[in-house]
Amino acid sequence: MSPLNGLTIAVPRGALFAETVELLSGLGVDTAELRSNDRKLLFEEIGVITMRPSDVPTYVEAGSADVGITGKDVLLEQASQHPGEPGREVYELLDLAYGRCTMVLATKSGPDPSAEALRRLGVMRLATKYPRIAARYMEETGRQAEIVEVKGSVELAPLTGMVEAIVDLTATGTTLREHGLVVREEIVLCTARLIANPVAHKLKSAAIDELLERLRAR
Amino acid sequence: MIHPIPSGTRDVLPDETRELRVITDALRGVFERYGYGEVYTPALEYESVLAQAGHPAYGAGSADARPAYRVFDESGAVLALRSDMTVPIARVVATRYANTEPPLRFCYLAHCYRGVRPQRGQPRELLQAGVELIGSPAPKGTAEALTVLCSCLDAVGLQDYRIGLGDASLFGSLMESLGVKPSDREALLSTLAARDFVALDERLSRLSIAVESRELLLEVPQRRGGPEVLSEADGPVSEAVAGLRSVYELLASDVASRVIFDLGLVGSIGYYTGAVFEVYDPALGSPIGGGGRYDELLGRFGRSLPAVGFALGIERLHIALAGEERGTGALLS
Repeated sequence: MSPLNGLTIAVPRGALFAETVELLSGLGVDTAELRSNDRKLLFEEIGVITMRPSDVPTYVEAGSADVGITGKDVLLEQASQHPGEPGREVYELLDLAYGRCTMVLATKSGPDPSAEALRRLGVMRLATKYPRIAARYMEETGRQAEIVEVKGSVELAPLTGMVEAIVDLTATGTTLREHGLVVREEIVLCTARLIANPVAHKLKSAAIDELLERLRAR
Repeated sequence: MIHPIPSGTRDVLPDETRELRVITDALRGVFERYGYGEVYTPALEYESVLAQAGHPAYGAGSADARPAYRVFDESGAVLALRSDMTVPIARVVATRYANTEPPLRFCYLAHCYRGVRPQRGQPRELLQAGVELIGSPAPKGTAEALTVLCSCLDAVGLQDYRIGLGDASLFGSLMESLGVKPSDREALLSTLAARDFVALDERLSRLSIAVESRELLLEVPQRRGGPEVLSEADGPVSEAVAGLRSVYELLASDVASRVIFDLGLVGSIGYYTGAVFEVYDPALGSPIGGGGRYDELLGRFGRSLPAVGFALGIERLHIALAGEERGTGALLS
Protein backbone atom coordinates (compact mmCIF):
# COMPACT_ATOMS: atom_id res chain seq x y z
CA MET A 1 0.00 0.00 0.00
CA SER A 2 1.14 3.53 -0.75
CA PRO A 3 1.97 5.88 2.13
CA LEU A 4 -1.46 7.49 1.72
CA ASN A 5 -3.31 4.14 1.88
CA GLY A 6 -4.63 4.56 -1.64
CA LEU A 7 -6.15 7.98 -0.97
CA THR A 8 -6.01 10.73 -3.56
CA ILE A 9 -5.01 14.08 -2.08
CA ALA A 10 -5.53 17.53 -3.60
CA VAL A 11 -2.42 19.63 -2.99
CA PRO A 12 -2.42 23.43 -3.34
CA ARG A 13 0.18 25.10 -5.54
CA GLY A 14 1.29 28.51 -4.33
CA ALA A 15 2.06 29.70 -0.81
CA LEU A 16 1.11 26.45 0.91
CA PHE A 17 2.90 24.21 -1.60
CA ALA A 18 6.38 23.92 -0.07
CA GLU A 19 5.16 23.04 3.41
CA THR A 20 2.55 20.65 2.03
CA VAL A 21 5.26 18.80 0.08
CA GLU A 22 7.32 18.62 3.29
CA LEU A 23 4.29 17.20 5.07
CA LEU A 24 3.84 14.55 2.38
CA SER A 25 7.53 13.66 2.54
CA GLY A 26 7.16 13.24 6.28
CA LEU A 27 4.37 10.76 5.63
CA GLY A 28 6.70 8.71 3.42
CA VAL A 29 5.40 9.92 0.04
CA ASP A 30 8.09 10.05 -2.67
CA THR A 31 7.91 13.75 -3.55
CA ALA A 32 10.94 13.95 -5.86
CA GLU A 33 8.89 14.49 -9.01
CA LEU A 34 6.42 16.74 -7.22
CA ARG A 35 9.33 19.02 -6.31
CA SER A 36 11.06 18.94 -9.68
CA ASN A 37 8.17 19.10 -12.13
CA ASP A 38 6.08 22.21 -11.56
CA ARG A 39 4.12 21.86 -14.81
CA LYS A 40 2.72 18.42 -14.11
CA LEU A 41 -0.68 18.34 -12.40
CA LEU A 42 -1.52 14.69 -11.89
CA PHE A 43 0.89 12.45 -9.95
CA GLU A 44 -1.09 9.23 -10.05
CA GLU A 45 1.61 6.92 -8.75
CA ILE A 46 1.75 8.81 -5.42
CA GLY A 47 -1.96 9.74 -5.26
CA VAL A 48 -1.42 13.50 -5.58
CA ILE A 49 -3.17 16.07 -7.74
CA THR A 50 -2.04 19.70 -7.71
CA MET A 51 -4.11 22.81 -8.32
CA ARG A 52 -4.60 26.37 -7.16
CA PRO A 53 -5.72 26.53 -3.53
CA SER A 54 -9.19 27.85 -4.29
CA ASP A 55 -9.90 24.82 -6.51
CA VAL A 56 -9.12 22.30 -3.77
CA PRO A 57 -12.64 22.34 -2.22
CA THR A 58 -14.15 21.93 -5.69
CA TYR A 59 -12.22 18.74 -6.45
CA VAL A 60 -12.74 17.34 -2.96
CA GLU A 61 -16.47 18.09 -2.96
CA ALA A 62 -16.85 16.27 -6.28
CA GLY A 63 -14.90 13.30 -4.96
CA SER A 64 -12.13 13.60 -7.57
CA ALA A 65 -9.84 13.79 -4.55
CA ASP A 66 -10.67 11.98 -1.31
CA VAL A 67 -8.92 14.55 0.85
CA GLY A 68 -7.26 17.89 0.24
CA ILE A 69 -5.25 20.65 1.83
CA THR A 70 -6.17 24.30 1.53
CA GLY A 71 -6.22 27.52 3.53
CA LYS A 72 -8.98 28.45 5.96
CA ASP A 73 -9.31 31.68 3.93
CA VAL A 74 -10.42 29.61 0.91
CA LEU A 75 -12.86 27.58 3.00
CA LEU A 76 -14.35 30.70 4.58
CA GLU A 77 -14.74 32.40 1.22
CA GLN A 78 -16.58 29.40 -0.21
CA ALA A 79 -18.62 28.59 2.90
CA SER A 80 -22.30 29.24 3.37
CA GLN A 81 -22.59 32.89 4.43
CA HIS A 82 -26.15 32.78 5.71
CA PRO A 83 -28.23 29.98 7.23
CA GLY A 84 -29.90 28.18 4.38
CA GLU A 85 -27.47 29.33 1.72
CA PRO A 86 -25.63 26.38 0.18
CA GLY A 87 -21.89 26.12 0.85
CA ARG A 88 -19.23 23.58 -0.06
CA GLU A 89 -20.08 20.07 1.11
CA VAL A 90 -16.69 19.09 2.50
CA TYR A 91 -15.64 18.01 5.97
CA GLU A 92 -12.96 19.97 7.77
CA LEU A 93 -10.90 17.43 9.67
CA LEU A 94 -7.71 18.99 10.95
CA ASP A 95 -5.92 22.28 11.50
CA LEU A 96 -2.46 21.66 10.05
CA ALA A 97 -1.16 24.83 11.73
CA TYR A 98 1.15 25.93 8.92
CA GLY A 99 0.60 28.72 6.39
CA ARG A 100 -0.33 31.04 9.23
CA CYS A 101 -1.83 34.28 7.88
CA THR A 102 -4.26 36.87 9.14
CA MET A 103 -7.21 38.27 7.23
CA VAL A 104 -7.02 41.99 7.92
CA LEU A 105 -8.71 45.23 7.10
CA ALA A 106 -6.09 47.78 6.08
CA THR A 107 -6.11 51.38 4.92
CA LYS A 108 -3.59 54.08 4.07
CA SER A 109 -1.65 55.26 7.11
CA GLY A 110 -2.56 58.51 8.83
CA PRO A 111 -6.16 59.33 9.76
CA ASP A 112 -8.40 56.37 8.92
CA PRO A 113 -10.03 57.22 5.56
CA SER A 114 -12.59 54.42 5.90
CA ALA A 115 -13.91 55.84 9.16
CA GLU A 116 -14.24 59.24 7.56
CA ALA A 117 -16.07 57.81 4.54
CA LEU A 118 -18.42 55.95 6.83
CA ARG A 119 -19.14 59.02 8.92
CA ARG A 120 -19.61 61.49 6.08
CA LEU A 121 -20.84 59.33 3.20
CA GLY A 122 -22.43 56.45 5.10
CA VAL A 123 -20.60 53.82 3.05
CA MET A 124 -16.98 52.80 2.78
CA ARG A 125 -15.54 51.33 -0.38
CA LEU A 126 -13.45 48.25 0.10
CA ALA A 127 -11.37 46.23 -2.37
CA THR A 128 -10.68 42.55 -1.84
CA LYS A 129 -10.05 39.16 -3.39
CA TYR A 130 -12.38 37.76 -0.72
CA PRO A 131 -15.72 39.52 -1.39
CA ARG A 132 -17.79 37.08 0.66
CA ILE A 133 -15.58 37.19 3.75
CA ALA A 134 -15.43 40.98 3.49
CA ALA A 135 -19.19 41.37 3.07
CA ARG A 136 -19.91 39.12 6.02
CA TYR A 137 -17.40 40.93 8.21
CA MET A 138 -18.97 44.27 7.35
CA GLU A 139 -22.41 42.89 8.20
CA GLU A 140 -21.17 41.46 11.46
CA THR A 141 -19.64 44.75 12.48
CA GLY A 142 -22.68 46.75 11.41
CA ARG A 143 -21.05 48.85 8.71
CA GLN A 144 -22.16 49.56 5.17
CA ALA A 145 -19.60 48.84 2.50
CA GLU A 146 -19.38 48.77 -1.24
CA ILE A 147 -17.27 45.71 -2.01
CA VAL A 148 -15.05 45.96 -5.07
CA GLU A 149 -13.71 42.59 -6.19
CA VAL A 150 -10.21 42.63 -7.69
CA LYS A 151 -8.14 39.70 -8.91
CA GLY A 152 -4.60 41.01 -8.49
CA SER A 153 -2.57 43.29 -6.22
CA VAL A 154 -5.18 44.64 -3.85
CA GLU A 155 -2.71 47.20 -2.42
CA LEU A 156 -3.12 49.24 -5.58
CA ALA A 157 -6.80 49.98 -4.95
CA PRO A 158 -6.48 52.38 -1.97
CA LEU A 159 -3.34 54.01 -3.41
CA THR A 160 -5.24 55.11 -6.52
CA GLY A 161 -8.14 56.37 -4.44
CA MET A 162 -10.55 53.77 -5.83
CA VAL A 163 -11.36 52.55 -2.34
CA GLU A 164 -10.75 53.58 1.26
CA ALA A 165 -9.89 50.14 2.61
CA ILE A 166 -8.89 46.62 1.66
CA VAL A 167 -9.54 43.20 3.14
CA ASP A 168 -6.65 40.87 2.44
CA LEU A 169 -4.55 38.06 3.76
CA THR A 170 -1.18 38.94 5.23
CA ALA A 171 1.56 36.84 6.77
CA THR A 172 4.16 39.40 7.84
CA GLY A 173 2.61 42.71 6.82
CA THR A 174 5.65 43.57 4.70
CA THR A 175 3.75 44.11 1.46
CA LEU A 176 1.23 46.31 3.21
CA ARG A 177 3.96 48.42 4.83
CA GLU A 178 5.83 48.79 1.54
CA HIS A 179 2.72 50.38 0.07
CA GLY A 180 2.17 52.69 3.03
CA LEU A 181 -0.82 50.73 4.31
CA VAL A 182 -1.54 49.90 7.95
CA VAL A 183 -3.59 47.14 9.51
CA ARG A 184 -6.65 48.60 11.22
CA GLU A 185 -8.47 45.41 12.18
CA GLU A 186 -7.65 41.72 12.34
CA ILE A 187 -10.58 39.66 11.06
CA VAL A 188 -9.57 36.04 11.35
CA LEU A 189 -6.46 33.89 11.65
CA CYS A 190 -6.07 31.41 8.78
CA THR A 191 -4.00 28.23 8.61
CA ALA A 192 -3.85 25.20 6.33
CA ARG A 193 -6.66 22.69 6.85
CA LEU A 194 -7.17 19.07 5.90
CA ILE A 195 -10.57 18.57 4.28
CA ALA A 196 -12.33 15.39 3.12
CA ASN A 197 -15.06 14.35 0.74
CA PRO A 198 -18.18 13.29 2.71
CA VAL A 199 -18.56 9.97 0.91
CA ALA A 200 -14.85 9.11 1.08
CA HIS A 201 -14.98 9.94 4.80
CA LYS A 202 -17.36 6.97 5.18
CA LEU A 203 -16.24 4.54 2.48
CA LYS A 204 -12.52 5.02 3.13
CA SER A 205 -12.78 5.70 6.85
CA ALA A 206 -9.88 3.48 7.91
CA ALA A 207 -7.46 5.11 5.47
CA ILE A 208 -8.59 8.62 6.40
CA ASP A 209 -8.43 7.94 10.14
CA GLU A 210 -4.94 6.52 9.83
CA LEU A 211 -3.82 9.56 7.87
CA LEU A 212 -5.35 11.82 10.54
CA GLU A 213 -3.58 9.95 13.29
CA ARG A 214 -0.21 10.26 11.58
CA LEU A 215 -0.77 13.95 10.94
CA ARG A 216 -1.73 14.59 14.55
CA ALA A 217 1.31 12.69 15.77
CA ARG A 218 3.74 14.66 13.63
CA MET B 1 -32.34 31.47 -30.95
CA ILE B 2 -31.78 31.21 -27.25
CA HIS B 3 -34.70 30.31 -25.01
CA PRO B 4 -33.16 29.71 -21.61
CA ILE B 5 -34.55 27.50 -18.84
CA PRO B 6 -34.04 28.32 -15.15
CA SER B 7 -30.70 27.48 -13.58
CA GLY B 8 -30.71 24.02 -12.04
CA THR B 9 -33.47 22.65 -14.28
CA ARG B 10 -33.12 20.63 -17.46
CA ASP B 11 -34.92 18.85 -20.25
CA VAL B 12 -34.82 15.05 -20.24
CA LEU B 13 -34.81 13.52 -23.72
CA PRO B 14 -35.94 10.03 -24.81
CA ASP B 15 -32.63 8.13 -24.46
CA GLU B 16 -32.19 9.25 -20.88
CA THR B 17 -35.88 8.92 -20.08
CA ARG B 18 -35.76 5.30 -21.23
CA GLU B 19 -32.93 4.58 -18.77
CA LEU B 20 -34.68 6.46 -15.97
CA ARG B 21 -37.83 4.44 -16.61
CA VAL B 22 -35.93 1.19 -16.01
CA ILE B 23 -34.87 2.58 -12.62
CA THR B 24 -38.27 3.94 -11.62
CA ASP B 25 -40.09 0.77 -12.76
CA ALA B 26 -37.77 -1.35 -10.60
CA LEU B 27 -38.33 0.95 -7.62
CA ARG B 28 -42.11 0.88 -8.06
CA GLY B 29 -41.95 -2.92 -8.13
CA VAL B 30 -40.16 -2.97 -4.78
CA PHE B 31 -42.56 -0.45 -3.22
CA GLU B 32 -45.49 -2.55 -4.39
CA ARG B 33 -43.96 -5.76 -3.05
CA TYR B 34 -43.61 -4.28 0.44
CA GLY B 35 -47.14 -2.94 0.42
CA TYR B 36 -46.45 0.79 -0.05
CA GLY B 37 -49.22 2.68 -1.83
CA GLU B 38 -48.20 5.38 -4.30
CA VAL B 39 -49.50 8.91 -3.78
CA TYR B 40 -49.41 12.21 -5.66
CA THR B 41 -49.73 15.52 -3.89
CA PRO B 42 -49.71 19.07 -5.28
CA ALA B 43 -46.30 20.49 -6.15
CA LEU B 44 -47.57 23.81 -4.76
CA GLU B 45 -48.71 23.99 -1.15
CA TYR B 46 -49.62 26.85 1.16
CA GLU B 47 -46.37 28.08 2.67
CA SER B 48 -48.04 28.33 6.07
CA VAL B 49 -48.91 24.61 5.95
CA LEU B 50 -45.38 23.54 4.99
CA ALA B 51 -43.99 25.84 7.69
CA GLN B 52 -45.77 23.79 10.35
CA ALA B 53 -43.03 21.21 9.87
CA GLY B 54 -40.92 23.65 11.87
CA HIS B 55 -37.77 25.36 10.81
CA PRO B 56 -34.65 23.26 10.51
CA ALA B 57 -32.42 23.67 13.50
CA TYR B 58 -29.16 23.81 11.57
CA GLY B 59 -27.53 26.40 9.38
CA ALA B 60 -25.13 25.03 6.86
CA GLY B 61 -26.53 21.63 6.01
CA SER B 62 -30.16 22.53 5.96
CA ALA B 63 -30.58 24.44 2.72
CA ASP B 64 -32.22 21.28 1.42
CA ALA B 65 -35.12 21.25 3.76
CA ARG B 66 -36.73 24.60 3.34
CA PRO B 67 -38.92 25.61 0.44
CA ALA B 68 -37.01 27.98 -1.84
CA TYR B 69 -39.59 29.04 -4.42
CA ARG B 70 -42.72 31.01 -3.63
CA VAL B 71 -45.57 32.52 -5.61
CA PHE B 72 -48.78 34.34 -4.74
CA ASP B 73 -52.14 32.87 -5.66
CA GLU B 74 -55.12 34.91 -6.91
CA SER B 75 -56.13 35.84 -3.36
CA GLY B 76 -52.66 36.92 -2.30
CA ALA B 77 -51.87 33.80 -0.25
CA VAL B 78 -48.26 32.62 -0.41
CA LEU B 79 -47.73 29.26 -2.11
CA ALA B 80 -44.43 27.36 -2.01
CA LEU B 81 -43.03 24.63 -4.21
CA ARG B 82 -42.48 21.59 -1.99
CA SER B 83 -38.84 20.84 -1.09
CA ASP B 84 -39.56 17.24 -0.17
CA MET B 85 -42.45 14.78 0.00
CA THR B 86 -42.22 13.98 3.70
CA VAL B 87 -44.01 17.12 4.83
CA PRO B 88 -46.85 16.89 2.25
CA ILE B 89 -47.40 13.24 3.19
CA ALA B 90 -47.50 14.19 6.87
CA ARG B 91 -50.27 16.62 5.92
CA VAL B 92 -52.08 13.90 3.95
CA VAL B 93 -51.95 11.52 6.90
CA ALA B 94 -53.27 14.10 9.37
CA THR B 95 -56.11 15.20 7.10
CA ARG B 96 -57.10 12.22 4.95
CA TYR B 97 -56.18 9.38 7.30
CA ALA B 98 -57.05 11.04 10.59
CA ASN B 99 -58.75 7.95 12.00
CA THR B 100 -57.14 5.12 10.05
CA GLU B 101 -55.45 2.42 12.08
CA PRO B 102 -51.65 2.61 11.65
CA PRO B 103 -49.21 1.59 10.32
CA LEU B 104 -49.64 3.43 7.03
CA ARG B 105 -47.33 2.83 4.09
CA PHE B 106 -46.93 5.38 1.31
CA CYS B 107 -44.50 5.74 -1.57
CA TYR B 108 -43.98 8.40 -4.20
CA LEU B 109 -42.12 9.39 -7.31
CA ALA B 110 -42.21 13.15 -7.43
CA HIS B 111 -40.31 16.28 -8.33
CA CYS B 112 -39.16 18.46 -5.45
CA TYR B 113 -37.64 21.93 -5.59
CA ARG B 114 -34.65 23.23 -3.69
CA GLY B 115 -32.54 26.34 -3.70
CA VAL B 116 -29.25 24.49 -4.00
CA ARG B 117 -26.15 25.53 -5.93
CA PRO B 118 -26.75 23.64 -9.18
CA GLN B 119 -24.12 21.05 -10.01
CA ARG B 120 -23.86 17.48 -11.20
CA GLY B 121 -26.50 15.34 -9.54
CA GLN B 122 -27.74 18.37 -7.60
CA PRO B 123 -30.49 20.02 -9.63
CA ARG B 124 -32.97 22.52 -8.25
CA GLU B 125 -35.81 20.45 -9.64
CA LEU B 126 -35.07 16.90 -8.56
CA LEU B 127 -36.96 13.67 -9.09
CA GLN B 128 -37.21 11.72 -5.86
CA ALA B 129 -38.46 8.23 -5.11
CA GLY B 130 -39.14 7.28 -1.54
CA VAL B 131 -41.36 5.80 1.12
CA GLU B 132 -42.91 6.98 4.36
CA LEU B 133 -43.80 4.42 7.02
CA ILE B 134 -46.18 6.06 9.46
CA GLY B 135 -47.11 4.64 12.85
CA SER B 136 -44.33 2.08 13.15
CA PRO B 137 -41.97 3.06 15.96
CA ALA B 138 -38.25 2.39 16.37
CA PRO B 139 -36.59 0.00 16.09
CA LYS B 140 -39.03 -2.10 14.04
CA GLY B 141 -40.07 0.64 11.62
CA THR B 142 -36.50 1.79 11.11
CA ALA B 143 -35.41 -1.75 10.27
CA GLU B 144 -38.24 -2.06 7.74
CA ALA B 145 -37.28 1.23 6.07
CA LEU B 146 -33.65 0.12 5.79
CA THR B 147 -34.75 -3.23 4.37
CA VAL B 148 -36.93 -1.59 1.72
CA LEU B 149 -34.09 0.83 0.93
CA CYS B 150 -31.60 -1.99 0.32
CA SER B 151 -34.17 -3.89 -1.75
CA CYS B 152 -34.61 -0.77 -3.90
CA LEU B 153 -30.88 -0.40 -4.50
CA ASP B 154 -30.51 -4.12 -5.22
CA ALA B 155 -33.45 -4.00 -7.63
CA VAL B 156 -31.91 -1.23 -9.73
CA GLY B 157 -28.63 -3.17 -9.83
CA LEU B 158 -26.37 -0.89 -7.77
CA GLN B 159 -23.45 -3.04 -6.61
CA ASP B 160 -21.16 -1.30 -4.17
CA TYR B 161 -23.49 0.91 -2.16
CA ARG B 162 -23.29 1.37 1.59
CA ILE B 163 -25.78 2.81 4.05
CA GLY B 164 -24.34 5.24 6.60
CA LEU B 165 -26.41 4.92 9.77
CA GLY B 166 -26.38 7.41 12.61
CA ASP B 167 -28.71 8.86 15.19
CA ALA B 168 -29.87 12.48 15.17
CA SER B 169 -30.34 12.43 18.95
CA LEU B 170 -26.99 10.79 19.76
CA PHE B 171 -24.80 13.88 20.07
CA GLY B 172 -27.52 15.75 21.95
CA SER B 173 -27.93 13.04 24.56
CA LEU B 174 -24.17 12.69 24.86
CA MET B 175 -23.85 16.44 25.48
CA GLU B 176 -26.59 16.21 28.07
CA SER B 177 -25.05 13.29 29.93
CA LEU B 178 -21.63 14.99 29.91
CA GLY B 179 -23.03 18.16 31.39
CA VAL B 180 -22.92 20.58 28.45
CA LYS B 181 -25.20 23.52 29.21
CA PRO B 182 -28.38 23.66 27.06
CA SER B 183 -27.39 27.13 25.82
CA ASP B 184 -24.13 25.76 24.37
CA ARG B 185 -25.64 22.73 22.68
CA GLU B 186 -27.16 24.23 19.55
CA ALA B 187 -23.94 25.86 18.35
CA LEU B 188 -22.02 22.63 18.90
CA LEU B 189 -24.66 20.65 17.05
CA SER B 190 -24.66 22.95 14.03
CA THR B 191 -20.84 22.81 13.93
CA LEU B 192 -21.06 19.04 13.89
CA ALA B 193 -23.81 19.08 11.25
CA ALA B 194 -21.36 20.99 9.03
CA ARG B 195 -18.66 18.45 9.98
CA ASP B 196 -16.23 21.18 10.86
CA PHE B 197 -14.16 19.24 13.37
CA VAL B 198 -11.60 22.02 13.71
CA ALA B 199 -14.29 24.47 14.83
CA LEU B 200 -15.88 21.78 17.01
CA ASP B 201 -12.54 21.28 18.77
CA GLU B 202 -12.19 25.00 19.26
CA ARG B 203 -15.75 25.43 20.59
CA LEU B 204 -15.40 22.49 22.95
CA SER B 205 -12.17 23.87 24.36
CA ARG B 206 -14.08 26.95 25.52
CA LEU B 207 -16.54 24.91 27.59
CA SER B 208 -16.08 24.47 31.29
CA ILE B 209 -16.47 20.70 31.39
CA ALA B 210 -14.02 17.93 32.23
CA VAL B 211 -11.18 17.43 29.76
CA GLU B 212 -12.17 13.79 29.23
CA SER B 213 -15.74 14.81 28.38
CA ARG B 214 -14.44 17.37 25.91
CA GLU B 215 -12.24 14.79 24.23
CA LEU B 216 -15.12 12.34 24.07
CA LEU B 217 -17.38 14.91 22.41
CA LEU B 218 -14.75 15.53 19.74
CA GLU B 219 -13.81 11.90 19.21
CA VAL B 220 -17.17 10.10 19.29
CA PRO B 221 -18.70 11.84 16.24
CA GLN B 222 -15.63 10.80 14.25
CA ARG B 223 -16.26 7.11 14.96
CA ARG B 224 -17.56 5.18 11.98
CA GLY B 225 -17.26 1.65 10.69
CA GLY B 226 -18.83 -1.77 11.19
CA PRO B 227 -20.70 -3.18 14.20
CA GLU B 228 -17.52 -2.84 16.27
CA VAL B 229 -18.44 0.86 16.56
CA LEU B 230 -21.39 -0.25 18.70
CA SER B 231 -19.72 -3.06 20.62
CA GLU B 232 -16.72 -0.91 21.55
CA ALA B 233 -18.89 1.90 22.91
CA ASP B 234 -18.84 2.12 26.69
CA GLY B 235 -20.09 4.40 29.43
CA PRO B 236 -22.31 7.29 28.26
CA VAL B 237 -21.57 6.44 24.61
CA SER B 238 -22.96 2.94 25.06
CA GLU B 239 -26.22 4.45 26.29
CA ALA B 240 -26.30 6.88 23.39
CA VAL B 241 -25.95 4.09 20.80
CA ALA B 242 -28.62 1.88 22.40
CA GLY B 243 -31.11 2.91 19.72
CA LEU B 244 -28.73 2.00 16.90
CA ARG B 245 -27.97 -1.32 18.54
CA SER B 246 -31.65 -2.28 18.72
CA VAL B 247 -32.12 -1.43 15.01
CA TYR B 248 -29.04 -3.40 14.03
CA GLU B 249 -30.28 -6.49 15.85
CA LEU B 250 -33.39 -6.55 13.67
CA LEU B 251 -31.59 -6.34 10.31
CA ALA B 252 -31.21 -9.39 8.07
CA SER B 253 -27.58 -10.18 7.27
CA ASP B 254 -27.71 -8.87 3.68
CA VAL B 255 -28.96 -5.49 4.92
CA ALA B 256 -26.67 -5.45 7.96
CA SER B 257 -23.62 -6.05 5.77
CA ARG B 258 -24.36 -2.80 3.89
CA VAL B 259 -24.43 -0.66 7.02
CA ILE B 260 -21.62 1.65 8.08
CA PHE B 261 -22.26 3.13 11.51
CA ASP B 262 -21.45 6.80 11.66
CA LEU B 263 -21.77 8.38 15.09
CA GLY B 264 -21.26 11.84 13.61
CA LEU B 265 -24.24 11.60 11.24
CA VAL B 266 -26.88 13.88 12.73
CA GLY B 267 -29.00 14.49 9.65
CA SER B 268 -29.18 17.69 7.69
CA ILE B 269 -32.93 18.12 7.98
CA GLY B 270 -34.35 19.61 11.15
CA TYR B 271 -37.30 17.27 11.68
CA TYR B 272 -35.24 14.10 12.18
CA THR B 273 -35.45 12.76 15.71
CA GLY B 274 -33.78 9.32 15.83
CA ALA B 275 -32.03 7.10 13.33
CA VAL B 276 -30.78 8.92 10.25
CA PHE B 277 -29.19 7.35 7.21
CA GLU B 278 -27.50 8.21 3.93
CA VAL B 279 -26.74 6.14 0.85
CA TYR B 280 -23.20 6.18 -0.53
CA ASP B 281 -21.67 4.69 -3.62
CA PRO B 282 -18.02 4.94 -4.62
CA ALA B 283 -19.11 6.14 -8.06
CA LEU B 284 -20.49 9.42 -6.66
CA GLY B 285 -18.90 12.02 -4.40
CA SER B 286 -22.14 12.89 -2.62
CA PRO B 287 -24.96 10.84 -1.06
CA ILE B 288 -27.50 9.25 -3.42
CA GLY B 289 -30.27 9.60 -0.91
CA GLY B 290 -31.11 9.35 2.71
CA GLY B 291 -33.76 9.34 5.35
CA GLY B 292 -34.50 8.89 8.99
CA ARG B 293 -37.02 8.87 11.80
CA TYR B 294 -39.24 11.88 12.32
CA ASP B 295 -41.32 10.94 15.33
CA GLU B 296 -42.50 14.47 16.10
CA LEU B 297 -43.41 15.78 12.65
CA LEU B 298 -46.86 14.17 12.40
CA GLY B 299 -47.84 15.60 15.76
CA ARG B 300 -47.29 19.12 14.40
CA PHE B 301 -50.00 18.36 11.83
CA GLY B 302 -52.35 17.03 14.49
CA ARG B 303 -51.92 13.29 14.36
CA SER B 304 -49.09 12.26 16.64
CA LEU B 305 -47.50 9.11 15.19
CA PRO B 306 -43.92 7.87 15.02
CA ALA B 307 -42.65 7.71 11.45
CA VAL B 308 -39.66 6.92 9.29
CA GLY B 309 -38.89 7.35 5.61
CA PHE B 310 -36.27 7.70 2.93
CA ALA B 311 -35.85 9.35 -0.45
CA LEU B 312 -33.52 8.52 -3.32
CA GLY B 313 -32.43 11.05 -5.92
CA ILE B 314 -33.20 9.33 -9.22
CA GLU B 315 -30.68 11.40 -11.16
CA ARG B 316 -27.91 10.63 -8.69
CA LEU B 317 -28.83 6.97 -8.72
CA HIS B 318 -28.56 7.03 -12.50
CA ILE B 319 -25.13 8.70 -12.38
CA ALA B 320 -23.89 6.13 -9.85
CA LEU B 321 -25.22 3.21 -11.91
CA ALA B 322 -23.58 4.57 -15.05
CA GLY B 323 -20.32 5.09 -13.12
CA GLU B 324 -20.32 1.56 -11.74
CA GLU B 325 -21.02 0.21 -15.21
CA ARG B 326 -18.03 2.02 -16.66
CA GLY B 327 -15.85 1.26 -13.64
CA THR B 328 -15.17 4.96 -13.32
CA GLY B 329 -16.54 7.52 -10.97
CA ALA B 330 -15.67 9.98 -8.33
CA LEU B 331 -13.91 7.71 -5.86
CA LEU B 332 -13.18 4.81 -8.18
CA SER B 333 -10.03 5.95 -10.01
